[in-house]
This record gives sequence, C-alpha cells and structure tokens, in this order.
Amino acid sequence: MVETNNLSQTPLRVLTPLRQGQGRPPREGAIPKVRIQGLSYWYSGKASLEGVTMDIPDKAVTVLFGPAGGGKTTLMRLINRLNDMVEDTHMTGRILLDGDDIYAPDVDVLHLRRRVGMVFALPLPLPGTICDNVLYGPRLAGERDATTLSEVVERSLRQAALWTEVKDRLDAPALSLSGGQQQRLCIARSLALEPEVLLLDEPTSGLDPISTAKVEESLFELRERYAVVIVPHSVQQAARVADYAAFFLAGEMVERGNGPQVFTSPRDKRTEDYVTGRFG
Amino acid sequence: MMSRSLAQSFGFISLGVIAMIVVMPILLVVGTIVARGISAINWEFISSMPHGGMREGGILPAIVGTLLLTLGTALVAVPIGVGGAIYLSEYARDTRLTRAIRLAIVNLAGIPSIVYGLFGLGMFVLFFRFGTSILAGSLTLAIMTLPVIISTAEEALRAVPQEFRTVSASLGGSRWQAVQNIVLPQALPGIITGIILGLLRAAGETAPILFTVAAFYLPRLPTSPLDQTMALPYHLYVISTQVPGMPTSIQYGTALVLLALVLSLNIVATVIRSHFRRRRQW
Repeated sequence: MVETNNLSQTPLRVLTPLRQGQGRPPREGAIPKVRIQGLSYWYSGKASLEGVTMDIPDKAVTVLFGPAGGGKTTLMRLINRLNDMVEDTHMTGRILLDGDDIYAPDVDVLHLRRRVGMVFALPLPLPGTICDNVLYGPRLAGERDATTLSEVVERSLRQAALWTEVKDRLDAPALSLSGGQQQRLCIARSLALEPEVLLLDEPTSGLDPISTAKVEESLFELRERYAVVIVPHSVQQAARVADYAAFFLAGEMVERGNGPQVFTSPRDKRTEDYVTGRFG
Repeated sequence: MMSRSLAQSFGFISLGVIAMIVVMPILLVVGTIVARGISAINWEFISSMPHGGMREGGILPAIVGTLLLTLGTALVAVPIGVGGAIYLSEYARDTRLTRAIRLAIVNLAGIPSIVYGLFGLGMFVLFFRFGTSILAGSLTLAIMTLPVIISTAEEALRAVPQEFRTVSASLGGSRWQAVQNIVLPQALPGIITGIILGLLRAAGETAPILFTVAAFYLPRLPTSPLDQTMALPYHLYVISTQVPGMPTSIQYGTALVLLALVLSLNIVATVIRSHFRRRRQW
C-alpha cells in the first residue's frame, strides 16, 4: 500500500530502499516472459532504439525509465506491434514472447495484442458506457455470453481498483468519470482480455496524487498475475514500483537491474546522475 | 478608453452590416419566389399532370421525377462515396496512387455540370445503351455528387481522433472493427451532412439531366428505371424560356416547389446531424 504523502518526495528520500516495506523482494532468476534481443529501430532513417537486449520477467513490475526521447514508448509499442501502424520504419533484432518471435510472418497480430495489453499516457475512454469500454476487447474477440461478460466486467474493474466506485453506474458514459477513474477504466479495459503482459505508458502522468496512489496500488495486485512493464512519470514513481528497472538514454539501454540496486547503487555514472536528479 | 469603445462599436456595426448583406440576397430570393409563386400552389398543382401546353394543370411528374432521380443518385453515390472515403481515410497508405486519386476527386468537383451531362450522354445513354432514362440520369448525377460525398466523408472520418483507432488496435481490434464500432458512428453526422449537401446539388441541377433523362413534356409518371421523366429544374427552365405565354405564377410556383423540396431536405439533414451530435462525446 502506498501512502499518499509519499508521493511528492525529493529524489534523495526516494533513494532509500522503499521496496522493503512495500512488497516482496525482487525475485532472482525469474522466468523471462518477453526477451528482447539486439533490438534496433528507426523512424524515417533516424535511430530510436539501438541494440537493446533485455528480459522482461513474468509476474513482476519492470520499469523502463529515463529522459524523454529515450525510446521507452517505442519499445513498448514494439512489444505489442502497435508500431505496425506507423509508416517508414525499420527494425532489426528480435522480440520473443514465451520464446516465440512475435514478428514471425505467421503471427496473428490481433491475437498478440490480446496477449499484450497496453494502457496509454492519457486516459482514452472510447465513446460509450463504462461497461462498453471494459467489454470492447472481449466483444471484438467474439465473446457473446452475457454471464461471462458481466463476470469480466466485475473482475476487470476489481483488479483495476475501480469496482466499488462504479458498480452502481456501469451504464453511465465513460466520460462522466474523473480523470483518475478514466485511467483505471482503461487499465480494466486491458485486463478484460486477460493479457499475459501489461504495458503501461506513463499511466499516471495526467493524474492527481491520490489517483496515482490508487493506480500504483492496483499495480501491486496486477504483478501477481501479469508481467507488468511500466514507463513511470517520475523517478520517484519508478523507485516505488520497480521490481526490475532499466534506464534508457537516447535509444540505448544504459543499465538494467533489480529495482533497489538501480535506484540506490547504480553502476553507470549516467544512471546515477539521472536518479539523483542531476539531469532529466 | 473612449476611442477603444468607439472602435468596438464601429466594429460591431460594420460586422453587423456585412452579415445583413450576406442574409439579404437569400431573403430577397426566397421572398420574391414565395410572394409571386404562392398563388399557384394548391393541391391540384402538386398532384396532377400538366396540360394545355403546360400552361395549365400541375407539375406532379416533375416532382416525382426529381425525387426519383435524387433517390437513384443516393443509391449509387452513397455506398460508393462513403466506401471510398473509408478506404482513403482508414486503409490507403500515402502513395503516388492515393495522391492521384485525391487529386482526381478535387478536380472532379471542379468540372462544370454540363460536362457531366455530355459525359453521361456518351457513357450511359449511348455506350451502355440505357437510353435517356432515369438510370442514365441517376448515374450521371451520382458521378457528379461523388466528389462532394467522398471529400466531406473523408474529412469527417479523419476528424475522429487517431487515438481511438490506436486504443481499438491495442485491444485486439482489426482496422475494420475500429471503423465499424468507433470511427464510423463518430463520423456519421459529418458524413450525413456531406451526403445531403451532395444530393441537394444533384436535385437542383439541370445540365447533367438535360441529355440523359429529362423529358420536355411527358404527362405521365415513370414506370421503370429505363423511362424518361420530367424533373423540376429542367421543367422550370423549359417553362421559363421555351413556352410562350406561360403564366408567371406557374413559373414562380414551380420554383417555390423546388425550393421547398431542397430546403426541407436541408432541414432533415440539420435535424439528423444535431441528433447525432448530441450523442457524440468529444
């Protein structure tokens, strides 16, 4: 449980190993869910990622952090192949999900995206009700059974820590929710598909501290089931939620390790400068 | 202080005058037509056949003809136009081909309507042997209407935030599922506006139907798509220029019916649009 008054701390205070009081210690030797191997990526001939190799373990929170333009979002959008929709790009290297190359020619991209859910920086409710939003994915996947669907709604909203607030108004327009609720709705919407990997791109960047705390709280539940990858909106948040952390700078993965190590005793000078607030 | 408020009043007044100048012609046109044509309007005028060299009787075949032509135009132009717009906005990548298609659409919109008429004559009446018929006329009008429908519909589709498509894709939705479930419903008011604007233009045009469908004088209702028919704009042209001794009340009355038809379609469009807009959420 994250306390609300922890949210606006100075970087130095955050450098104390918060993990110990909050969750379990990071597990060594966890099974990699996603393996990224020698991944480089170019937009219109301009490199966005250069030679990134890292594993994303199952049932843990992996934080991708670093200054803007470091390639974190691009990396996420490559893991669920959302960048297929972008023109004039080039990729080398491989991304494996459970050992299978997700860019192999026979991969069903839509199925892949159901296995790898994504939540975006801004809450983006679709037109329609709260219920419609949660069920968008399952309905497209062909689920028609009313009982199953209503179970999905409750389970997803509970996992996203939103159920108690909306259970009496599931048919209200999604836009009638507050920003924080909308973002948790977007998380619930991804969870409705029971993904195996959940990608969160600055999910709390537009939220107030209390809503942020609620979203972070739901993260600790989510990592019991999913491989969670998050781009945090601050170093403080990175330190709070990380089981594992990877520092990205200008398309290069500078350093990767378990959460406390990266934030308290970074090996690389550039990581240290960033987490102590000297730049970024 | 004083001079600023003076300048502001001056601004308000001149803008008001300009607005009046814009509204004036519309009021004058509608006012004149109503004032001179209303006396001709009665049940017989809109429900019976013309006789006595069109100087007497009603204009029913022209009304029916225009309605049928508009319907025929819609049947052809709406599916092709909206489908084309969906393709251009949601599927087509930016290639030389799609740029050529867009350029063609812009240029089609600029072609004078008489050229469409001659094209329709050559293509549908003669080459496809449809003869001068409602089918040939509808097809000609549809080709003329297509660019309006495609470009307004494409614009309406593009106005739907890109993020909705990304979210849909991230939830395992195909492009078509995003179009079907989100993009199309959100763009519908804009698309309907484009459709109605295009159809209104088609309903009021004379030149494209001149050689393809319009009958000078045909006092019976069409029974098949291969029939000729009278149509309001052409009938108005005929009775205004080709028939000596035509009572002016019938001329203005015909204009009034055409105007009422077009305006009521316009009102229907506005109602539909505002209905959908109230349901839109962004």
